[in-house]
Amino acid sequence: MKPTDTANPDYFHKVVDCQWACPAHTPVPEYIRLIAAGRYDDAYMINWKSNVFPGILGRTCDRPCEPACRRGRVEEQPVAICRLKRVAADYKGDIHALLPKPATTKNGKRIACLGAGPASLTVARDLAPLGYEVVVFDQDPFAGGMMRTQIPKFRLPETVIDEEVGYVLDLGVELRRKKIESMKEMLGMGFDAVFVGTGAPRGRELEIPGRQEAAANIHIGIDWLSSVSFGHVTGIGKRVIVLGGGNTAMDCCRSSRRLGGESVTVVVRSGFDEMKASPWEKEDAQGEGIPILNWLVPKEFTHDNGKLTGVVFEKVKATRDAKGRRDLVPTGEPDEHILCDDVLVAVGQENAFPWIEKDLGMTFDRWGMPKVDEVTFQSEIPNVFFGGDAAFGPKNIIWAVAHGHEAAVSIDKFCQGENVKERPSPLTNLVSQKMGIHEWTYDNDIANDIRYKVPHRAAEIALKDIRAEVELGFDDKLAFKEAQRCLNCDVETVFEEKLCIECDACVDICPEDCITFAPDGDEAELRGRLTAPAANLTQDLYVSAALPTTRIMIKDEDLCLHCGFCAERCPTGAWDMRKFRLDTTQAGDGCRSRA
Amino acid sequence: MSYLAKPKFHHPAIEVNQLGFTHRDYEGAISTLCAGCGHDSISAAIIHACFELSIPPHRVAKMSGIGCSSKTPTYFLGQSHGFNTVHGRMPSVLTGANLANRDLIYLGVSGDGDSASIGIGQFVHAIRRGVNMVYIVENNGVYGLTKGQFSATADQGSKSKKGVANPDSPIDMVALAIQLGATYVGRSFSGDKSQLVPLIKGAFEHRGAAFIDCISPCVAFNNHAGSTKSFDYVRAHNAALNTLDVITGRAPITADYEPGETQTVKLHDGGMIRLRKLDATHDVTDRAAALAAIHRHQSQGEIVTGLLYADEDSGDLHDRLGTVDRPLNRLGDADLCPGVEALERVNAALR
Ligand SMILES: Cc1cc2nc3c(=O)[nH]c(=O)nc-3n(C[C@H](O)[C@H](O)[C@H](O)COP(=O)(O)OP(=O)(O)OC[C@H]3O[C@@H](n4cnc5c(N)ncnc54)[C@H](O)[C@@H]3O)c2cc1C
Ligand SMILES: Cc1ncc(C[n+]2csc(CCOP(=O)(O)OP(=O)(O)O)c2C)c(N)n1
Ligand code: SF4
Ligand code: SF4
Ligand code: SF4
Ligand SMILES: [Mg+2]
Repeated sequence: MKPTDTANPDYFHKVVDCQWACPAHTPVPEYIRLIAAGRYDDAYMINWKSNVFPGILGRTCDRPCEPACRRGRVEEQPVAICRLKRVAADYKGDIHALLPKPATTKNGKRIACLGAGPASLTVARDLAPLGYEVVVFDQDPFAGGMMRTQIPKFRLPETVIDEEVGYVLDLGVELRRKKIESMKEMLGMGFDAVFVGTGAPRGRELEIPGRQEAAANIHIGIDWLSSVSFGHVTGIGKRVIVLGGGNTAMDCCRSSRRLGGESVTVVVRSGFDEMKASPWEKEDAQGEGIPILNWLVPKEFTHDNGKLTGVVFEKVKATRDAKGRRDLVPTGEPDEHILCDDVLVAVGQENAFPWIEKDLGMTFDRWGMPKVDEVTFQSEIPNVFFGGDAAFGPKNIIWAVAHGHEAAVSIDKFCQGENVKERPSPLTNLVSQKMGIHEWTYDNDIANDIRYKVPHRAAEIALKDIRAEVELGFDDKLAFKEAQRCLNCDVETVFEEKLCIECDACVDICPEDCITFAPDGDEAELRGRLTAPAANLTQDLYVSAALPTTRIMIKDEDLCLHCGFCAERCPTGAWDMRKFRLDTTQAGDGCRSRA
Repeated sequence: MSYLAKPKFHHPAIEVNQLGFTHRDYEGAISTLCAGCGHDSISAAIIHACFELSIPPHRVAKMSGIGCSSKTPTYFLGQSHGFNTVHGRMPSVLTGANLANRDLIYLGVSGDGDSASIGIGQFVHAIRRGVNMVYIVENNGVYGLTKGQFSATADQGSKSKKGVANPDSPIDMVALAIQLGATYVGRSFSGDKSQLVPLIKGAFEHRGAAFIDCISPCVAFNNHAGSTKSFDYVRAHNAALNTLDVITGRAPITADYEPGETQTVKLHDGGMIRLRKLDATHDVTDRAAALAAIHRHQSQGEIVTGLLYADEDSGDLHDRLGTVDRPLNRLGDADLCPGVEALERVNAALR
């Protein structure tokens, strides 16, 4: 095998599984250590720089980092990365002094952000301190987008949104209330660049018999949720059916339970495991006494002279056709008629750009999505950029933030007359953590604890008030214990073959049998003859050049605990534990060419 | 300084042996020896040998004397019996224990100082009595624990860390063991587990006095240029006679070699050792040839390693003494005191 090129920033970055998986590449282990040290302000600021909404995300993030977390491979459950983020937000002090100040001198460039969701707010946050004049437009009077209009308050209190959206607006960003009806008009307003962050605002319809007749009691999930958020809807029938298995369905059913729904049922076309909602969302819904019924396809809304009476479902099962594609076919059993007073339709979300004129030079695909570059977020109109749900369809907050950062880099480069396609490399740093023979700057004693549960408000109380936050968050003691479960994957094992005397001490001590000294071979074959087989192909092998005995050192990164025992046992310092820090480059000096 | 316990987590695909144990179950407390010490590699080799043989840890008695090497039993087989004797006295204590309870598996771990210097008198008698044991000398040529004085196995001319040459001639432990009647004798190197692990396994399966001299570089006091016990020196002068596969009576035979290249040594329990000969002329069952090979390689400046000598028809101390099969420590009053009548009969026979 070719010796590993550790100079490539991706190599050590991939070892930090959580950071690699985080769309915004938040330096997770760094903030978790700061939480363990009680340095909540610093932990918050690391998050704020990377993901802009730590308090919001610490409650609502889709957390792609957690399925990736190494701890989940070493034992059963990943570190509660997301809820630790909330800890930083909950226990921080006044951080105003740590935030950037509004620019005192403007650079003369004006940027329009359309929509005030997380994508636009990220663009605004990144650009305003650099001297850009940023105007954010939204049809709603408040900023926050779907974070404010869709996510129920029992998951995300208004105060948290106000605070974190406020930090952005306080940078001198103007919020202007306006329903955008013409792209031409926006382009004519003299902005140097326009960022489209209008989200995916349309809920998918369910056109089955009875839809029109019983319309009064059939609601589109996302429209209903925003009405609930703004207080326009305050009640619902006693018996509610929620159609759909995604996040929206979960928020609809739990909101219904709080607004008078006594018997609330979620009905899904496919199986439980295939539902789009996250496992914890399903758990929370079931925990509130909401059954989830599977393999039922809605066939008809029944009504009594226009008054909804229920929904008829056809029972189906999954089969595979000749090409291996999955198909739902009727089982032939009798249909099921479930009675109800109201139905919430949460079967999907769509983009809609009726306000972008078709003669502007932008091409749209058959789903009505404009052509947008996946790296630069630039559209076919050079000064128009897209991001968030508006770019490639509905995703989530952290992706909207990640898009916002990249789009801000593009806008900055564009306004400075640079090539937006030349992307800046991240800033990396690798520093030894050794302080003594058996002393490291980090706590390398591996905690055996299993994942701690976040305390919840008692269901009797939580179900009475739609604004009462269900999760109470970790207290400082639980937070410390959970933080100790983190394996510090950013403290990398770094091998220097020139120093190795092939004493085998590292092989013998490694608790996970990660290290092997063996004759060279090609990767597939080598993976089979290591101290322990390296079956996880998504994880790299770290290999050295040939050592004096002609063997090479091979380390399987997969299950390394970052305990540092190899480095403690190495007589020559051939292994060292070095902290890898990677900060993605954001808009500003760092992203501009140095020429 | 902190010495943390080794993390409990292990590889999810970790192998288990016939007893359902993983190799991690054969570990002991965390080692406090210097990082990189050859002794730790030998501990790891013992762990792997016991794991692979599915030895029940609670049936093993680890005996040792004084020295860094003699400390190591703390670092492996944490579930086994153990005894640290005074310096150099392990062989006698082991002999006594073996006499009292012949059912345990005896593992003597010692150093070159412990066995060749202060304990040489003890060593020779345990070997010549044929005590059923595995006796490993972790040979670094120095007294590691007392900071690196030459031991009795240090080669003449080998230099100390400060550059002083050793004036005395060395004791060759393997030659001595063969002369004393050991029935399984090998030499190995802590840096070569592929040779050492099977050699230890063969020793465990052997009945009688099995002796292994394992060169084990002391990284703190004897791993410099000019030393003949350093990693570099041993690697450069290692003359291996053979590699071996230990096939227990319980496991199927899989290795497949060309005839003539291999030699088979029968083991007590019906298993065997398959030797792959690197030196085609060497017959491991020939004592004289073994001694000759040791001297020949030594005169060429080489360190001969591998299984040097094995006696297929070996016996042990208990065979020689004709003791009962039941361990002496399990004999009750009734067995030991057969009564006045029996005494009368014995006395009458002697009149
Ligand atoms: C019910 C529900 C629950 C969700 N829960 C989570 C969750 O727990 N975690 C998570 O990460 N994600 C969640 N999401 C997804 C998440 O809210 C979105 O992915 C994210 O908000 C997208 O951000 P954005 O900036 O692209 O746009 P949005 O947040 O959608 O913001 C777009 C803004 O543009 C405005 N706008 C749109 N069109 C116009 C126009 N023509 N004129 C003026 N203004 C306009 C809208 O009013 C809105 O304020 C949820 C979504 C839904 C529907
Ligand atoms: C009766 C007695 N004499 C001397 C000593 C001091 N002493 C402790 S260890 C040791 C030498 C150990 O050498 P070795 O057996 O080679 O072990 P190593 O540390 O090299 O592994 C000596 C002389 C002692 N502990 N007891
Ligand atoms: S153990 Fe810690 S550093 Fe490693 S992936 Fe999980 S959260 Fe990240
Ligand atoms: S840090 Fe070293 S000893 Fe610890 S698990 Fe990783 S490779 Fe093994
Ligand atoms: S412990 Fe150090 S010197 Fe010994 S084999 Fe490992 S890396 Fe090489
Ligand atoms: Mg010694």
